[in-house]
Amino acid sequence: MALAHGGLTPARTLRTAGLALLGLLPVAFLAVFFAWPVVAIVGRGFSAGGVDTVLADPQTWRLAGFTLASAAASTVVALLAGLPVAYLLARVRLPGVGLARMLVLVPFVLPTVVVGLAFRAIWPDGGVLPLVLANAFFNVAVVARTVAGLWSHLDPRATEAARALGASPWRAFRTVTLPALGPAVASAAAVVFLFCATSFGVVLILGGGQYRTLETEIYLRTVDLLDLSGAAALSLIQFAAVLAALALGAMARRRRENAVRLRSALVTARRPRGGEWWTVGAAAVVLALLMTPIVALLAESVSGENGWSLAGYRALSGNGANDALQVSGWTAAKNSLAAATDATLLAMAVGVLASVVLVALRRAPGRLARGMGETMDAALMLPLGVSAVTVGFGYLITLDALPGDLRTSPMLVPLAQALVIIPLVVRMVLPVLRAVDVRLRQAASTLGASPVRVWREIDFPLTARSLVAAAGFGFVVALGEFGATSFLARPDAPTLPVAVATLMGRPGELNNQMAYAACALLMVVTVAAVALIDRFGSVRGHGSVGEF
Amino acid sequence: MNPRTARSALAVATVTVLASACSLSGGSGGGAQQTPEVTLVTHDSFVAPQDVLDAFQRQSGLKLKVVKYGDAGELTNKLVLTKANPIGDVAYGVDSTFASRALGEGVFQPYTSPEADRGPQRYSVDPEHRLSAVDLGDVCVNVDSGYFTSKGLAEPKTYDDLADPKYKDLTVAEDPATASPGLAFLLGTIAKFGEQGWQGYWTKLKANGLKVDSGWEEAYTKDFSGSSGKGPRPIVVSYASSPAAEVGPDGKPRTKALLDTCYRQVEYAGVLTGSKNLPQAQKVVDFLLSQQFQTTVPANMYVYPARQGVDLPAGWAQVAPLPSNPATLPADQVQAGREKWIGAWRSLMGA
Repeated sequence: MALAHGGLTPARTLRTAGLALLGLLPVAFLAVFFAWPVVAIVGRGFSAGGVDTVLADPQTWRLAGFTLASAAASTVVALLAGLPVAYLLARVRLPGVGLARMLVLVPFVLPTVVVGLAFRAIWPDGGVLPLVLANAFFNVAVVARTVAGLWSHLDPRATEAARALGASPWRAFRTVTLPALGPAVASAAAVVFLFCATSFGVVLILGGGQYRTLETEIYLRTVDLLDLSGAAALSLIQFAAVLAALALGAMARRRRENAVRLRSALVTARRPRGGEWWTVGAAAVVLALLMTPIVALLAESVSGENGWSLAGYRALSGNGANDALQVSGWTAAKNSLAAATDATLLAMAVGVLASVVLVALRRAPGRLARGMGETMDAALMLPLGVSAVTVGFGYLITLDALPGDLRTSPMLVPLAQALVIIPLVVRMVLPVLRAVDVRLRQAASTLGASPVRVWREIDFPLTARSLVAAAGFGFVVALGEFGATSFLARPDAPTLPVAVATLMGRPGELNNQMAYAACALLMVVTVAAVALIDRFGSVRGHGSVGEF
Repeated sequence: MNPRTARSALAVATVTVLASACSLSGGSGGGAQQTPEVTLVTHDSFVAPQDVLDAFQRQSGLKLKVVKYGDAGELTNKLVLTKANPIGDVAYGVDSTFASRALGEGVFQPYTSPEADRGPQRYSVDPEHRLSAVDLGDVCVNVDSGYFTSKGLAEPKTYDDLADPKYKDLTVAEDPATASPGLAFLLGTIAKFGEQGWQGYWTKLKANGLKVDSGWEEAYTKDFSGSSGKGPRPIVVSYASSPAAEVGPDGKPRTKALLDTCYRQVEYAGVLTGSKNLPQAQKVVDFLLSQQFQTTVPANMYVYPARQGVDLPAGWAQVAPLPSNPATLPADQVQAGREKWIGAWRSLMGA
């Protein structure tokens, strides 16, 4: 091992120590706000006994099989639908692409109960197909945005060279572009798979009693039956499945990952030519399909008993019929913005720090550093794969030990939301950070630049756009987050998705209309947030980001 | 740093600063720490008009903090999990389905409110008075009257009618494993047909085209024809009070609860074992049982006050009267049978 890079000089040892210290921060965050609560609640189930009985039950394994198969199917659908959209967002310069970039995120933030009901309108009896499609519907944005993040920076000249040498467009895509995109595609697939494997509301509404998953069963046993040992057994299986998925994803990334030439996104996008229009067409079809439930929902928000009505929107300034909500719709929107902001700041701090450390560990010599890096990489993803109810109930029995009894603190919601966003931030920032050509950094170091200066002058400009994109995406995810948010203490401060679910659970025309109006508000806020962040991310007219 | 890099760095910094400036959940007021604070833990359906809460805080000199923790079952389980170090001082919303679990786990401590003899004691579940009844709600089958009028079909009235081929494919209910009205309806059929007979009844319901949804939202707003969703089915399992929300612009009710198909759930409040603010917690129980709070209960939470002599909102007498003879099961029997029944129901319905 210790060949060209030589042994451990004192300076290098110091740097490694500093790196380890830096790496400790994200690890500590995850240990306190994720691992400890989860281990505590699962441990309680174990000490109650009976875990082996559940593990031996063939019904349990049928559940596990269905969970994995349906999540895999949704992931495939999301990838197939997401890639053309990623192409559109990354490579195409046409009017309307900017709008598409914002709209594609909207499905991601819609409350599950609303999407569930929208799909039920098309498939009244539920079943596997709507379940798979609905989970994919939520996650097309993950694929599109994650892959586009890297794609927009890829140097198109490699593909052009392949084309010039006689490769067909498909062949050029398969042999040049796709391998370069590999890490982003694998990242997106892993994230989508984890989201689908742990999706809750959609399965409940569209699966009816017929189709159940590990997640719905964990929820049921924890929340309704207080059968913690059964829930612990199922959590164990879910955990194993998640680890397997992460290992597969990591393998795919490792095989593909290499430094590729990155270019400014503004240079790479252009008007499509010839066969490329087919891809644009496919992306347009996907977008149209994504917009269908959204348009239906908007229509629902403006229709009353006797035709069109804006009553739902007017009701947003109040608390709903018979005070269904404790606060007004607008206050709920404000709560959402505040919590999402806090969650994003927290997740960016932890996620970016973690990414920097991960990249450094990967570049550091020695098996140990690499092993540490890979373990940390996987650990950062785990929150996506563990049931929100497990984390939420774990908080209840652990966080009172922290100063100030965090269980009823308003910070709990942002903390839990941050847990969900951190993996996304890491997955979006890491591929770009890793793709930064190491020779640039070496050259800078050779010329005497300090590590901080290298980061500032090289890594940061090349990754700034991804950072902003990750922050924006994280913010949007936090806005729409429902699972963890709904389990946690939220004293008189519902977020918008929680308010929507509450309104849906109340009888009366007005509450129903108001719920849909609140959804529309959530969409508007999302689009506005994305627009704002995209604007900051790429200062138009100047080849700002990624240019030297 | 060159100008362009500086600009993008500035952009990121601006976003960050703007973002942190508009964050609100960090600051929590602070200030007057002298007022004793008391925490009420309750379920998601808790609603009380702000002016009534304010009046209580003024009268009692307490600061009331309300924390909502899911539905009745979730709330109960969370209270059980945290009983060693409770998340509040007083809890409201544990219902008769889950009361035995909470009492068995020692979540509540004895307290007899001076207000309790105004009616709540009728619903007492234990001799030590650890729980005081605050309200009652009945889960009943609801029908869309307009549908039956237009088809010239008589409205169903009883459980047996739902299994009558005349009403084939017209009923939608909720899964008792995932929705509390579904569980109440199942308990109602067990109370009616007995531990031996209920499975036979459900077999007939299934053969008669009963549809089962996982939640009340899907059943009531998507499948039921009498609500905003205008779904295909005119018979739904909901609440005795639901028709009050479906009064048309002409002031006439469009739906009706079938009063022979009701199952009663009583919601309780109690002082948590381990509360650090005992006298304050007791005051909150008194408040929940007071005339002042009880009056707000029907319109805000769609349930009936436990206290006697509290007027219902205008119109409820015609549209949503309190069922006079609902079914109930003893809390102990529910506690002992709940999981077994749900398991049997699931295999019976092919879930």
